[in-house]
Amino acid sequence: MVSDETTKMVVLAESSPILPSELALRAYELSTDAVVKETCYGLIVTGSEKSVDETIKELRKLDPSGIFVKDRGFPPGDSRRCRAVRGGGPRPGFHQLERESNILPNISYGLENIEEPSDVKGREKRKKLTIDRFIEIIEEQSKEDVNG
Amino acid sequence: MVKILVYPSNSLILADLVARFGHEPLTMMRVIRRKIKEVGIDSPPINVTPEDPKRGLKYAAVDVPSGVRGRMALLDPLIEEAEAAIIVHEADYSFGCMGCARTNELAKYVIRNKDIPRLELVYPTNDDEAREFVRKIRDFCKSLTSTAEVTA
Repeated sequence: MVSDETTKMVVLAESSPILPSELALRAYELSTDAVVKETCYGLIVTGSEKSVDETIKELRKLDPSGIFVKDRGFPPGDSRRCRAVRGGGPRPGFHQLERESNILPNISYGLENIEEPSDVKGREKRKKLTIDRFIEIIEEQSKEDVNG
Repeated sequence: MVKILVYPSNSLILADLVARFGHEPLTMMRVIRRKIKEVGIDSPPINVTPEDPKRGLKYAAVDVPSGVRGRMALLDPLIEEAEAAIIVHEADYSFGCMGCARTNELAKYVIRNKDIPRLELVYPTNDDEAREFVRKIRDFCKSLTSTAEVTA
């Protein structure tokens, strides 16, 4: 393992016209030292910090507002994270990625139209579940369990 | 370049936007990488070093659940290094057990008490909110750049 080895995730917004396979092809064309793994959401790029940064800088040019990048602690295929070894189920970190992927098109739009004036109305604060409603849910659920 | 602590500390959007606007995001992923790469540390979960409990105890007393102290031990290097912070509220994915919930509260409290520039936002739900969200982060990053130049 290279001492300054780093891993980054390249995530595509749903609104991006680019496909993960196109990203992977472009990364191969660059022929840097970085190792690339194609995934459903984009790519995992791993290698020396310099080569990873170089690869990502070039990849971003394909769709500057639709490509998002973050660090990843574990290298690709690491047995402590890889689902192939862990016997299925969501990979740790999947839920975070899934939740944020849903709003990436909005962020992408925000980046493209950052200078336009906006008219954001104050959002209503989320109400908490009342105790009475919570008791009702528990009762409904326990009835279903008894009957079902 | 200013080191900006982002919270939730594993956020893709925050890490990307901070880096995009020219600063260094402090994220949980780099702490994890250090943990798994350091020579002499076993695989998780057997990777607790004698230093970790001490780090956790900086923020919470010994009778506080170990889950909170353990999480705070991981966040400690980020809090220590932070020169500015961006906190985003209503992150559905950081919902979890009491360990997660209390750590979220404690971490935000510790960051608020630290004398550093801070931006607090809510996760956007539509295009307009997202535009406002991005703009606020950009303006915050810009203001940090000008402050850093003045200080230097």
